[in-house]
Amino acid sequence: MAIMSFIFVFFFFSSLQPILSLYEDQVGLMDWHQQYIGKVKQAVFHTHKTGRKRVVASTEQNIIATLDLRRGEIFWRHVLGPNDVVDGIDIALGKYVITLSSGGSILRAWNLPDGQMVWESSLHGPKHSKPLLLTRNLIIEKDNVLIVFSNGRLNAVSCIDGEVLWKKDFEEESLEVQQVIQPPGSGFIYVLGFAASSQFEMYKINAKNGELLKHESTAFSGRFTGEVSLVSSETVVALDSTGSILLTISFHNGKISSQQTPVSNLLEDSPGLAVIIHPSVTGIFAIKTDAATIFIRVIGEGKLEVVEKTNHETVVSDALSISEGQQAFALVQHAGSSIHLTVKPAHDWDSNLLKESIKMDQQRGFVHKVFINNYIRTDRSHGFRALIVMEDHSLLLLQQGAIVWSREDGLASIIDVTTSELPVEKAGVSVAKVELNLFEWLKGHVLKLKGTLMLATPEDIAAIQHMRLKSSEKSKMTRDHNGFRKLLIALTRAGKLFGLHTGDGRIVWSHLLQSLHKSESCRQPIVLNLYQWQVPHHHALDENPSVLVVGRCGPSSDALGVLSLVDSYTGKEFSSLSLVHSVAQVIPLPYTDSTEQRLHLLIDADKHAHLYPKTPEAIDSFQSEFSNVYWYSVDDDNGIIKGYALKTKCSSNVADEFCFDSRELWSIVLPSESEKIITTATRKLNEAVHTQAKLIADQDVMYKYISSNLLFVATVAPKASGEIGSVTPEESWLVVYLIDTVTGRVLHRMTHHGSQGPVQAVLSENWVVYHYFNLRAHRYEMSVIEIYDQSRADNKDVWKLVVGNHNLTSPVSSYSRAEVITKSQSYFFTHSLKAIAVTLTVKGITSKQLLIGTIGDQVLALDKRFLDPRRSVNPTQAEREEGIIPLTDSLPIIPQSYITHSLRVEGLQSIITVAAKLESTTLVFAHGLDLFFTHYAPSRTYDSLTEDFSYALLLITIVVLVAAIFVTWILSQRKELQDRWR
Amino acid sequence: MKWVEVIVSFILTLSFLSFPSCGFQSDELLVDDEEFGLEGAPQHRSPEPIPTRSPPVTSPTRKRHSDLDSDSKIQFSLDHAFGDSDFSPAGTFSARLKTWSHGGQTLTKLRFSRNNFSDVEKEKFKNLLESDDFYRIRLPSNVLSPPGRDFIISSVKARCLPRESLDEHFVIHMEGVNVLAVNYGSPGSCPYPRNLKLPAKWSFSSHTVLKNSEQAPRAPVFTEEILGGENAEGEVVQPAERSFWAKYWMYLIPLGLIVMNAVTQAMNMPEEQATGQVPAQGQPSAGAVQRGPSSAVRRR
Repeated sequence: MAIMSFIFVFFFFSSLQPILSLYEDQVGLMDWHQQYIGKVKQAVFHTHKTGRKRVVASTEQNIIATLDLRRGEIFWRHVLGPNDVVDGIDIALGKYVITLSSGGSILRAWNLPDGQMVWESSLHGPKHSKPLLLTRNLIIEKDNVLIVFSNGRLNAVSCIDGEVLWKKDFEEESLEVQQVIQPPGSGFIYVLGFAASSQFEMYKINAKNGELLKHESTAFSGRFTGEVSLVSSETVVALDSTGSILLTISFHNGKISSQQTPVSNLLEDSPGLAVIIHPSVTGIFAIKTDAATIFIRVIGEGKLEVVEKTNHETVVSDALSISEGQQAFALVQHAGSSIHLTVKPAHDWDSNLLKESIKMDQQRGFVHKVFINNYIRTDRSHGFRALIVMEDHSLLLLQQGAIVWSREDGLASIIDVTTSELPVEKAGVSVAKVELNLFEWLKGHVLKLKGTLMLATPEDIAAIQHMRLKSSEKSKMTRDHNGFRKLLIALTRAGKLFGLHTGDGRIVWSHLLQSLHKSESCRQPIVLNLYQWQVPHHHALDENPSVLVVGRCGPSSDALGVLSLVDSYTGKEFSSLSLVHSVAQVIPLPYTDSTEQRLHLLIDADKHAHLYPKTPEAIDSFQSEFSNVYWYSVDDDNGIIKGYALKTKCSSNVADEFCFDSRELWSIVLPSESEKIITTATRKLNEAVHTQAKLIADQDVMYKYISSNLLFVATVAPKASGEIGSVTPEESWLVVYLIDTVTGRVLHRMTHHGSQGPVQAVLSENWVVYHYFNLRAHRYEMSVIEIYDQSRADNKDVWKLVVGNHNLTSPVSSYSRAEVITKSQSYFFTHSLKAIAVTLTVKGITSKQLLIGTIGDQVLALDKRFLDPRRSVNPTQAEREEGIIPLTDSLPIIPQSYITHSLRVEGLQSIITVAAKLESTTLVFAHGLDLFFTHYAPSRTYDSLTEDFSYALLLITIVVLVAAIFVTWILSQRKELQDRWR
Repeated sequence: MKWVEVIVSFILTLSFLSFPSCGFQSDELLVDDEEFGLEGAPQHRSPEPIPTRSPPVTSPTRKRHSDLDSDSKIQFSLDHAFGDSDFSPAGTFSARLKTWSHGGQTLTKLRFSRNNFSDVEKEKFKNLLESDDFYRIRLPSNVLSPPGRDFIISSVKARCLPRESLDEHFVIHMEGVNVLAVNYGSPGSCPYPRNLKLPAKWSFSSHTVLKNSEQAPRAPVFTEEILGGENAEGEVVQPAERSFWAKYWMYLIPLGLIVMNAVTQAMNMPEEQATGQVPAQGQPSAGAVQRGPSSAVRRR
């Protein structure tokens, strides 16, 4: 009996699996994957040895990566995690990449060719300080040594095994160490810093054993800003805190001498606040003011001389020693649509080693950083290559006046994504680059046929595979019947908008938003969200869809807002608005005007509502729905959820008819001592629900409570809002709420004792699934709540329906008392989660699957049926037929159901699902540092032939059948004739 | 005789309990085990929900007394507002505050006394009905120290309330002495095209429900034991025995068809043999008629 039930269960599960799996040769047909590293903070070249030339880069997303210098591809990369910020990188011994991270407390060495970690050592010290990494070829007893200053302690670390050879503490409370210098060839180290912001301190340390040789200090009248520029091995330049006096400090032979020069002496016009930008170039430093960048040379004892003053945006690289005693550095300046790269020797400002002008795409913005590297040309002269980081976070390699390669690393920090349809295919206009002719089409199908009939040679198979992957059908720039081809519009943190084609992931257009560019009126622009502004259906042939980008000038929520409208087909910004109010919330309304522009309501920090677009027509159509507009706000910090409705036109403003006052309708105040809001979830606005009725086993029917105003809120005990394990199960709980956002009614409230966040939740149709940690069971759990409407439950009688005595067609009002029942169930789940989403199909008929972003940065599909609250240990026969799975305590993880198959979406942030026109299929886009896109059919593609369906075989079969009919017909006629003659 | 045995065993047990030195005495330190709970351990915490978060304890008629728990009476007021007007007192909730032995406090026996509308308020309410505006109420968020952090506000379209009298329904969500939210509205439905209807009686009939948080169902825990026991006892539900027809209908129908076919064939056969001897130019027989259309189809 046990075997029987086991076999039954086995077959049951095995019948589920094939839905999800993917064959090896199907990889890359529907999916694409792109890898990025983010905005480069520091780059080190590795070109000395023969072999592959590389560049090692650390980024603001805390990634260490080595890139191929020829093509820009990633050799290897490591994501260090959000709390492990990279402070410095370098290459030691020609084979190790050294990284200092986590505020200078972790030092690691990675093997350069393959990225394996060689050693790791943690450096602790008495206090927190600015971490500094110094790698010169310092050799102590045949051991290459790294000098690291971190946490108030100077460490000498062996390159071979990461062992700390000696350490020296600088415990003085107010000391801020700014520079650690090791003059080449000498056996000692200088540690320079400020004490109490007004005293210059210099320590001379023996590099062999860390012994303090000398300590000098000088007091100054002013205060320092902190930044110090090293001009030579014995001179530093600093600015005082007012930014108007330059201090030149030299410490020749341990004696400190200094000189003060007002900045105004060097410049005629008063420059305002100046900042030192610190190229470590011998003899030269630069200060930057609002208007200009000034290069200053230090001559002799504290004498300063202005060598160049430029008003252009200028970026300077660090010095690079090109030959014995000779240094060079690079300058990048903007001039119109091109940039000028100049490489100068350090000792002679007026001569140039290299001067190139490179045409640069305007959409990349300004140059933010430049790193240079030299090589020997074929004519034995010095050549230079430069790696530049642009404003849109892209990375480019320049060599010989051309862009060798570029990487769009802005895509590693996507903030928001929306989709747009592609243009409709117009008659006579060929949009595809490669239209196949009939012969090629036939050839392709014959090849496929050979493949099906197992006649294909290995070359043929390769050709078939190539054909499938590179199908032009996939990457056409027109709409298709199935709705697979779309534009993914992604907004990145740098304020750049990308249009990606879903077929192959190529960038169709990219545009740096000018309205969200740093300017006089908007000093600190921040991009917030992306909305669909105009989706033409009636005018699809002659009007382009557009998207709305919302941003604001400054980090605080009451900063003024900026709107920008971008054409989805071309990426051109056709309109932008600087608002006179802030943007706290954007509500896309379900109404459009005659040009199919969607009405949007922007709520500012003072709870005024502003209607956009500002046209009389918009206000007319809005007026009729005025009393039916409600919204809510969630104040996480105070634990207050409030609901609002519109009241009247704004009273304060001068005749602004698009501005409305709001009134508070309801409020929910959570007790601050016991509950803290950590997650909220709502339904997707565009989600379609096929039917409200749910048939259950015994021919009974339940009505789903389907309301687009449902809000899921999860709160935890304030104590338990920290990390898992920081509290005991007794003092932690998780409370979940289902709230109607029109009336503020709490429809359901439930407590999970001994549970803790972080909570990830997804709300769809009439159910919500959420994931949390159960402290008592020491496991992650997923719970489901399904909510059913009881007020319609008595519409079960067929006669009632026939006679019309039912309330199914009456409109639903939130003001009716909600008669709901909820069902819920919890299951254990092995993984912790990064994101959760649900598949979305165009009509909502296809069964749902949950898409789970696991901690391993993969996307796992889990059938919603596993999270059915009606699962029981022994389902009846009827329930089994309905598809109820016998109850288990944990949710299964089926290895074939990873939709990212063997790939990882590094740093996964969110999963976006978009419905294709084909009911069975949903488009899945997962982004983090990497991008991943695929088609996914939760219940298989039941409504279309698979891509590898052989039309040729079908055609041949039909031809053969028709021929057979003719032959038999002739034969039978002949036979009949013979019969008659007989 | 039996009670003598009982007494003897009772005395024996007592003696064992009162002279523990005669038996083995464990020197193990008794640590409060969270999972099983030791009897007699001080401040035993059960894995059951602590009463502050117990399933809804609502009905005002419920009688429950405990000697350990002390009761006190408290009151808190309900305010109302018409449209955007200021809030004014509209009624009083009174309840017993139960203090549990472990320090939690809950409200029980909630009663509500509603002030009737004054003439001015009636006018205001009529205006609300005419303009289909909101009737708003508020409660303090803490019943011990009103208003607490903030007021709990709820509102309803005024046209939802009038029936015979003014019917209202409160569901007050509580957490200890804190009011989290209040669901306020009519006790029944309020269909969307809200029609203007004045109440016959200008008095309120109020229903109040107090709700505490529900306990979430735990994840089912299966142990080997349960599964093993189930298998050993063969408790797997047998599929219901189906009738012969239900099981084999898919075989029976084709069989029936074949038999019928054979019978008709057998019936036609003699006729055909009979007609077959008749010359083809003769009267068309039944068989020929049968064949006719099919050959016509073939020729088409």
